[in-house]
Amino acid sequence: MTALTQHAPVLLIAIPLLGAFGVPLIGKLGRGARNTFVGLIALLTAAFAGLLAASVFGAAGAPSLYVLGGNGFGVPLPSGMSIPIRIILETDGMSAFMALITALITLTGAFFSFSYWKDRSGGTLYYSLLMLLTAGIFGMELTGDMFNFFVFLEVTSIAACGLIGFRVWLKTSQEAGFKVMALYTLSGLFVLLAVGLLYGQYGGLNIAYLASALTGSTIDVVALGLLLAGLALKAGAVPLHMWAPDAYGEAPAPMSAVLVANSQASLYGLFRILFTLFGLTISVAALGWILIVLALLTIFVGVTMALIQNDIKRLIAYGAVSQIGYMLLGVGVGLAVSVAKPDYGFVAMQGGIFHMFNDAACIGLLFLASGVIVRATGTRDLNQMGGLAHSMKWTSVLFLIGAFALAGVPPFNGFASKFLIYEASFKLSPFLAVVAVLSSILLLAVFVKVFQAAFLGARRDGLPAEVPIGMMVPMVALALVVIVFGLFPGFFVDKIVTPAANALWYGRDAYIGLVLGGG
Amino acid sequence: MNIGNLPFVVAALLVAFGIYTFLYKRNLIKLVIGVSLVETGVNLFLVALGYRTAGIAPIYTFAPAAKQMVLPTPQALTLTSIVIGLATTALLLSFAVFIHRHYGTLDVRKVKELRG
Amino acid sequence: MNTGMSIIVRTITRLVYGLALVFGFYVIMHGHLTPGGGFQGGAVVASAFALLLVAFGAAGIKGRLNAHLLQTLEEIGALAFLALGFVGIGTAFFYNLLANSGSLFGGPVLPLGSNAGVFDAGGTLPLMNWAVGLKVMTGIAAVVIVMLIGARKEETE
Repeated sequence: MTALTQHAPVLLIAIPLLGAFGVPLIGKLGRGARNTFVGLIALLTAAFAGLLAASVFGAAGAPSLYVLGGNGFGVPLPSGMSIPIRIILETDGMSAFMALITALITLTGAFFSFSYWKDRSGGTLYYSLLMLLTAGIFGMELTGDMFNFFVFLEVTSIAACGLIGFRVWLKTSQEAGFKVMALYTLSGLFVLLAVGLLYGQYGGLNIAYLASALTGSTIDVVALGLLLAGLALKAGAVPLHMWAPDAYGEAPAPMSAVLVANSQASLYGLFRILFTLFGLTISVAALGWILIVLALLTIFVGVTMALIQNDIKRLIAYGAVSQIGYMLLGVGVGLAVSVAKPDYGFVAMQGGIFHMFNDAACIGLLFLASGVIVRATGTRDLNQMGGLAHSMKWTSVLFLIGAFALAGVPPFNGFASKFLIYEASFKLSPFLAVVAVLSSILLLAVFVKVFQAAFLGARRDGLPAEVPIGMMVPMVALALVVIVFGLFPGFFVDKIVTPAANALWYGRDAYIGLVLGGG
Repeated sequence: MNIGNLPFVVAALLVAFGIYTFLYKRNLIKLVIGVSLVETGVNLFLVALGYRTAGIAPIYTFAPAAKQMVLPTPQALTLTSIVIGLATTALLLSFAVFIHRHYGTLDVRKVKELRG
Repeated sequence: MNTGMSIIVRTITRLVYGLALVFGFYVIMHGHLTPGGGFQGGAVVASAFALLLVAFGAAGIKGRLNAHLLQTLEEIGALAFLALGFVGIGTAFFYNLLANSGSLFGGPVLPLGSNAGVFDAGGTLPLMNWAVGLKVMTGIAAVVIVMLIGARKEETE
């Protein structure tokens, strides 16, 4: 078991890749064999993610190192100095936390897809793209090398756009795919420019090596600006959010949740760069306030645009955009005060990071439920739906749970993380907490409107039947996660979120020391 | 002959031209060409990072004795970036083909079904 | 693309096609010694296929290459690359188990400095070059064939 735990970081990337390339070959044997293979790969990946999380959180979040292709990562020069030149995977509390989120979302998305695509053919390439996207997201979250991060960023961009434009018979999905691919490519090129600038200045690509060598000169600030622009575009922060409703709205329903995990992975990349790579060599107060301003804009614009939508998937997409703002707000407050490190800064970090997990679960549940609704009624327009609660009782309850959790109503998990964010941002500036609370109330109003339009109403003829059990089980699993994390938030915050927040807030020296100090 | 900062200036010009083309042209294929120009500029920037004056290619097979070599790592980075650019351009052009089949036009101002 | 090009182009293509294939395979196979490697050589071979397609039209490749065969070979190339990564999993992923070991490609690791290039050394690296070369050449050829022939077939319907 320890051998498996030791190799878990690289197996998390290699096993989905094996699945992605093996699915078309096994798909020739028939649909049942292909579904079993994909399910097996998804379960294996989730098991390794759990193993990795158990080992990292069991060691109180201390970072651990995995070197690709060799015993040690340093090559001793004739002068006796040793530079880290191999590609490493460095896992600390935050990486393990993100790996848990990704594993949950891709597992439920894959199992939902089995019955979602039951009466259509041609699904082999769909699963191949899903596995490729999974491998890319895990690669982005576990790597310790800047160029490796860029490569996996591009892998996820290509796989995500392939999934957005997968249904080639729908014309809007092709338009969305083109726009999103062009924007993702430009953001990836900005990131590559920044990596090139840092390499040219300091001669290394390893995150820990760069972190110890950074001085904060003009080129570093330019590189930081490029990285911020590229990763904020990919995460969907306003004013670079234009692609997000198209992308989440046009992708097949289970894949919209995985695309949200993709955006959260680039948000993780942004946090890793701000806290671990740059740390205190830049003016963190200014940068923190830039993040806070972006966060407020995102929260507000996301919710207000969601109010006026008639299309259910675009509405939930705007909801997802606004929740990214909450994560940015929590971590931005933490960054702005990270010189003096008061207590409320740490609470803000905990809130922002916990919200990443809660948002993934709630948005996943909402997108799956919306997929069920669209499949059952055949339309995405809210004005043409009605009265679904009479025949689809389970779906209406699950949708209500997801909507209330996202809007921050107790006792669901959204309330726990949002309360931490409200509390901490109030201590920094009361205006932030006011905007955040008002937007949560607006989001609740939006979802009440959606629920009334889609589910309530008079019973009419020709109501669709309840969804089959294959689509019900992933939704129930996500709803259970939502409820359990809402009823016992303290336990989960202590076990999972605090090591992750520690890794960003205090863990920069440990991260660097693991690579440079010891070996 | 010392070429100074000329490769970096050219790389910046290429990136600027590419962004201009992406923002101000109307044909979808020209947008793809704009993205490709930005990629080319970034690749040129990466290769120019490794150049050392009067260096030779970083290959040991039949290398001339005791000369300085240019850095090989940026060349590996550029190669990876070219491969990624190939996949990206292929996907963008496939989407352009499908858009033409559905909408009948390649004018980006007429391909605006998703609004709001 | 259903019709080819003029007779001058077709004659030159018949002469050049074999040379291009050989050159592409040379670049793939000697990737660990001279400039080149998996991707570069694979792109050269795929451009030879594309030359055939442009010069002779769809009839030029009928019966020789079709998209399904190319996709199967592409997956075999990718799975071979991953399998080579798993070979040395006892130490680490991607560990070069065959270098310096006397077996296939296991010649002694050469000291740094100018040398005459030993084909037999390098361990799993030349094998990985071949796997990547197979994947790239079949992959790019499949993309080119589907884009040219698939698109034209839809238009004439």
